Amino acid sequence: MGAVSVCEQHLCEHSFPVNGGNFDEAGRVSGKIKTILKGMGINNDVVRMAAVITYESEINIVSYARHGMIRLHVLPEHVEIEAMDEGPGIPDIRLAIQQGWSTATDKIREMGFGAGMGLNNIRNFSDIFHISSDVGKGTRLKMIIHIQQGQDP
Amino acid sequence: MLLREVQKILDAEVLVGADKLDMEVHTAFGADLMSDVLAFADSGCLLLTGLTNPQVIRTADVLDIAAIILVRGKKPPPETLRAASDKNIPVLSTRYILFESAGRLYEKGIVGSTQKVDGRRVRL
Repeated sequence: MGAVSVCEQHLCEHSFPVNGGNFDEAGRVSGKIKTILKGMGINNDVVRMAAVITYESEINIVSYARHGMIRLHVLPEHVEIEAMDEGPGIPDIRLAIQQGWSTATDKIREMGFGAGMGLNNIRNFSDIFHISSDVGKGTRLKMIIHIQQGQDP
Repeated sequence: MLLREVQKILDAEVLVGADKLDMEVHTAFGADLMSDVLAFADSGCLLLTGLTNPQVIRTADVLDIAAIILVRGKKPPPETLRAASDKNIPVLSTRYILFESAGRLYEKGIVGSTQKVDGRRVRL
């Protein structure tokens, strides 16, 4: 799927394209990210948080955007995930982050999503969460998960 | 409890994973909203759901969920069964409704993977 990877001893960077509208594809990137992080020996809780964050991001891109990209950076102290898309953008971010607020179509709801939980889940499973959006251009999410914290049960 | 006993309690049909019925399970989560499953279910639990599309399998895979029980007699489309076989996740189908399935399993010792949610769940 045109993924680009650069790996060194303490740094790993991967980019994965995500096509808008393709519901069959949603979840593939999170599966790959999970495999990469597990392979690097990253703590299970951190892997799970990263996988959940990526999966919800994929669902958002597939549901609303024309095209997107998910980037994974692994550093010694943290895992960083960025989800960028070209799409309609979000006019009111405060509203979009509110639990239960959604503009989802029936198709999205049939998939078991679209209940206004996605951005909430992404924020809750991140240690640091940034969101910015330009209406008519797209949305950019950046999530950081601290590896140290995740090691505490 | 073994997955085999879950199958017996729920009078369930095994759609995928007939070779994995000796797996041990202790907890379960039930929902049709995958975002809630992602937020609150834990790895190793059973997932009871009435949703049958392939996203159920992807969600289960993301969380390392042990097995999926489709309630209310739901039969999934072939692509869901294919995804489950690929990911090696057992799928069972019971005609009991979600409430009844949960009650029957709870009675025999299966507990919720999360018993009560925090106002804002940040950590696992």
